[in-house]
Order: sequence, then structure tokens, then C-alpha cells
Amino acid sequence: MTHRSAVTLSIPVMVIAFGSLSLLMSQAPQTARKAAVEPQSKAATLPAATSAAPAAKPSGFRTPWGDPDFQGVWNDATSTPLQRPTGVASKDVLSEGEAEEFQDQLASNLSRDRRDGGAEVDVNRAYNEHWMDSRRLKVTADHRTSLIVDPPDGRIPPLVPISAERQKERDDRAAALARFNAGMPNTYLDFDLPIRCVVRTDMPPYMPIIYNNDLQIVQSPGYVVIAPEMIHSARIIPLDGRPHIGKNLHEWLGDSRGHWDGNTLVIETTNFRPDTNIFQEADAATFRLTERFTRVDAKTINYEYTVEDPHTWTRPWTVRIPWTRIDPTEQMYEYACYEDNYDVSHFLGGAREREKRGEVAQPIPHLPSVQ
Amino acid sequence: MGLAIATLALMPAAGQQAATPQQPAAGQLGQSASQHALDIGQFPPYKPARLSDGHPDLNGYWQSLVTADWDVQDHEAQPGPKPEINGVYGAGPAGQSIVEGGEIPYRPEALAKKKKNFETRAMVDVSNDKTWHNLGDPEMKCYMPGVPRANYLPYPFRIVQSAGATYPYMLISYEYASATRIIRMNSKEEAPIPAWMGWSRGRWEGDTLVVDVTGFREETWFDRAGDYHSDELHVVERYTPVSPFHLMYEATIEDPKVFTRPWKIRFPLYRHMEQDFQLLEFKCQPFTEEMLYGRFVKRPGS
Repeated sequence: MTHRSAVTLSIPVMVIAFGSLSLLMSQAPQTARKAAVEPQSKAATLPAATSAAPAAKPSGFRTPWGDPDFQGVWNDATSTPLQRPTGVASKDVLSEGEAEEFQDQLASNLSRDRRDGGAEVDVNRAYNEHWMDSRRLKVTADHRTSLIVDPPDGRIPPLVPISAERQKERDDRAAALARFNAGMPNTYLDFDLPIRCVVRTDMPPYMPIIYNNDLQIVQSPGYVVIAPEMIHSARIIPLDGRPHIGKNLHEWLGDSRGHWDGNTLVIETTNFRPDTNIFQEADAATFRLTERFTRVDAKTINYEYTVEDPHTWTRPWTVRIPWTRIDPTEQMYEYACYEDNYDVSHFLGGAREREKRGEVAQPIPHLPSVQ
Repeated sequence: MGLAIATLALMPAAGQQAATPQQPAAGQLGQSASQHALDIGQFPPYKPARLSDGHPDLNGYWQSLVTADWDVQDHEAQPGPKPEINGVYGAGPAGQSIVEGGEIPYRPEALAKKKKNFETRAMVDVSNDKTWHNLGDPEMKCYMPGVPRANYLPYPFRIVQSAGATYPYMLISYEYASATRIIRMNSKEEAPIPAWMGWSRGRWEGDTLVVDVTGFREETWFDRAGDYHSDELHVVERYTPVSPFHLMYEATIEDPKVFTRPWKIRFPLYRHMEQDFQLLEFKCQPFTEEMLYGRFVKRPGS
């Protein structure tokens, strides 16, 4: 937390020594006295004379300036479900043989090529197996039966009664989803945020989905930046102990602040948008998210997050997902989404055409979730 | 201190070329700056602060102050596309060309498309996939802005620079539309697929970060005046720290389908110095949905 005072530039001292303020310095903002440029750790900045010096070899996954090193392209896909299925309710960790069977069963449930739902479900499964991230069909290496590690039963804690206002918001969202699933959306607002290309996997906390579970982490002195491929947003996390943005500012991705707890990166995120369906329909005003990143080995980050919201759950709960390093064999590409988002006009145009023909929305059977 | 005072007498006056170049200490302004007002556009000699790999530290929040997003060439103040609705809120300021020599060297036949782009800059057509991108400025539709336009949009961006010896990637994160570029340092890999922000490969030439950008989609524009390019666009950017608070930005733009020769733009980027400055979100998609999809929305009573 001392980055701000660890300034290597010495402009103000120099100016005083010469007894005259230059034009430039007299115009420099006040922050220049505190930190002439960016907050920097001392180790990060070398004097010009040593500019050709080779960087120190990293040891123990450290950046050259001494922070734990998470840099790389990572993938968080797994088929292990968020909540423990009822069939394995008594076990939190499976044996090798049990895990294999569990994995086969999960893969079958996740399959988009299943033909057991009748024609309409078949069509509405839409994406076929081609899109499935193959890592999404593997259970976690530790053979857990749920991603939730706390509470010990691996289930989302009981809900608390919610306000009538929030219940109406949930009902409205459910109705919009039903219209969408029936192929009869009224408006672009009936689509969820990923289909509108506003946010996709970039909204924390991170959860595996059907495809593209890639995230790149780049660090610089005083910052960690997490850039999920979808949708090309970089989450910039300052580590200098600054306060969160003002309470009247809200963001789709929330406002993140990081600090080190030993070798673990801890990120606290607040200021989520109240008009957004944030994590598990929590109340943005009271939702608290704490993520913890720990480098386990060359290929693994242990990603763990705790969520709490007294307006939604009876107690905090914690999820653990391993992230696997996938570079240098795989790398990130640009995920353009909104630029060619034909879906919205096709869905809406199709719905208006069906109305002209006198069709009305028909509820369809519940679709198995692929999220 | 002793060293700084001793070299003071050797420093040239502002605006003069040093007979023997003097290297100020890392991260310090040349002493000439503390003695004299500078000519506009001139920076005194500067030796930037460095990361542990020895390269200049470009980390920071940067933004241009030019009005080139309205028009990279000379432009007078203008009313904007719908003054009857927006009044001065939609109006653009006057500004001088950032193009070296003032004008873009269009091929004669390419100028007609620029004019048509301008005339249809505020129109959209999402009714037919094939004509989807024919009308309207991509910026107005919240599409990724491409390069170099991203660097003179009126929004800040952050350069994220690790120390290249251990991790050979940089990111540039733009507030506008959350656009992000990955810069692959010393990479020989060619663009695998066209992209809105192109395919960026970086290298250092002395204290200048040079970014070679290829693999563009043809749909991005240079400005609201309709200046455009084809899928053969090739941009070479140069980021040079010239003070603790400024990067000089240059880009050479080449596209034989549209221009008769390569041309260059140049302007400074300014470091944001506000206390606790950070990027805030400008996820503009929701601002454009009614414009793009409103014609397909079910209206009450309809």
C-alpha cells in the first residue's frame, strides 16, 4: 500500500534546487508532488544508466517487480456444476471411478446434440456440439461434486424473503425470458445482456459457460488487469489502496480494488449497476463480492470467490474454480459481438412477422441450462 | 543534486538543438524546460523512467486533446447531424489537421466514397445482413473504433505494460466501448483473421514503442467526416515519451486501394493526473439499440 509514496522521480526537488519554477512544473497538477507519474514500486524503475540491464529471472512466480505473477492466458472451463446434484448429495469428493461416471453423466446432460426433447426442444437447443469448449466436459481435477465449497453441502444457501419491488423485477425478467424462448420477444430489452452484447463472461465473478472461457491476465507495477475474451473488456484493478468510486457511480463490471494477502491477490468489487441482473439475481445495493487468486503451480490458478448479500441469501457462500493456463499453445483473439449482432434484428423481425400472421407466443418446455 | 547542477551550464537554451546531446537523469525533464518557456509543439530532451527490462514505462491513463474525431483534416465548427434536435449538444468544434501536409492523399476515385460516407454518417440499415455496414459511422453505432481512431476519440485509455522479458504482451484498454488491444511484442505471427482493432505487433526502437498494425476489418472509419480505408490498411504507430506527462504519438497510414501514398498523423497524448483517476465504463451499446432495432419493437397498441 506504499506505492504512491515510492516515487523515483525527483522533479520537485530539482526545481527547488534551481530556485525557479519552470513553466511546466508550475502547471503540473497537485498530484505531481505526491507521485510525479504513476504509482510505481521502487523495484520497477531503474535509472537510465542501467537501461540495458537484463531483467532478473523470476522465481516462485514473481513479476520482475516482486508481485505474485498471474500473467498468461487462462481457461476456467469445467463441467463440475455450481451446486451439488442430488444424486451425489452425500459426497463432496468422488473417487477416480465415481468421478469418471459423474463426468460422463454431466457431459451427456450438457450435450446440445441430444435428441430426447422432441422437435421444439431440439430446435431450441440451437447450438450443436461444435460450439462446446471441450474443457467444459471435464470435471475438476480434485473430483469435487460442486464448485461451491462453502456451505459444506455444496448448495446455494437458503434465500431470504425479497421485497415486492425485487420480486416484480424477477417476474419481469422471467416473462421476458419466456417471450424470448417462445421466439416472440417484444423488444431488445427482452434479451439478456450477453445476447445484447453488453457483457458476457467479463462480468465478475467468473463462471464457465458453453464456449470461450479464456481470460488473459497482464500485470504492471501497481495494477492487475484481467481481460476475458468475451466481450473484449479489460478489468483494471488498482492495488494502491485507493477508495472505491463514488456511490452514485455504477458499472456493469462493478468497481474493483485489489490487495495482496501474502501470495494471494484479493479483489473486492462494489458499485454494480442496480438496473442489471447481477450475479444470481442478487441486490446490487447490498451485494458484496470478494475474489481470491492464488497461483498453485505453473499451469494453475486457484480462483475462489465469496459472495454475500443479506437481501438475497441467509449466509455468505464460496465457490472455487481452477483456472488452467493455456498459452502459449493458445492465445486470445478479438471477440467482436455488437458489430455484427444480427440476432437481435432477426429475432425481433421474426416475431413481428409472426404476429402479422396471427401467431401468439406459446410457452415451450423448460430447456436444460448450459450455463 | 550535484550532478544535476554540474550539467546545468552545459544545457542548450530551449528550442535550440544541443551541439552535444545531454542526457538528463531518468524521469527528469531537461533543465532547459525549467529555464525557458517552450515553443508550441517542442519538448526539451527527456530521458524517461524505465521498467526493469530497461524500456520506457508507458503505463498510465492517456488521452488526446485534438478534435480529429470530427475530422482528421482541417475542420471548421459544425452543427452535427441533427441540429433541430440536438442544438449545440450535437455540434463539433473547429480544429486543425493532424495530417502531415494537411491533406489525406486519396486516390481520385476514392474521394466519392468519403463524401457518401459523410452524407450517410447518421443513417443506419440493419434490415439486410449484406448491407449492414454500408451506412453510418461505426462510432455512432458503438462499434469498435479501429486504429488509429481509438487514440484520438475523446475518451481516455490505459496502456498496460508489463516488463517484456518475462511477459511479451501489452494491452491498451480504451474507455470507449471497452475496446481492448493486445500488443504482441517482437511477434512474427501474421494476423490470423481480420479484426476491428487490427492485429498489433510491437517492438522498441530506442525509447519509442513501435506498433505495426495489420489485419483490419474494412468497416472502421478514421473520423466522423467519413474518412475511411480498405481491408489493406496498414498502420505503423510510434509512441515516444517526451515528458513525464506526454507521449508523442505518430502513425503512418498506408492503403494502396484508397490512398496514393502513405501519410502520417501526429499529436501528443496527455497523461491524466486527476487524483485517483481511472477508466469508467462507456458501454455504449444500450445507447444505440433503439436507433438500430427500434423499427422491430412491438409498440403498445400495435
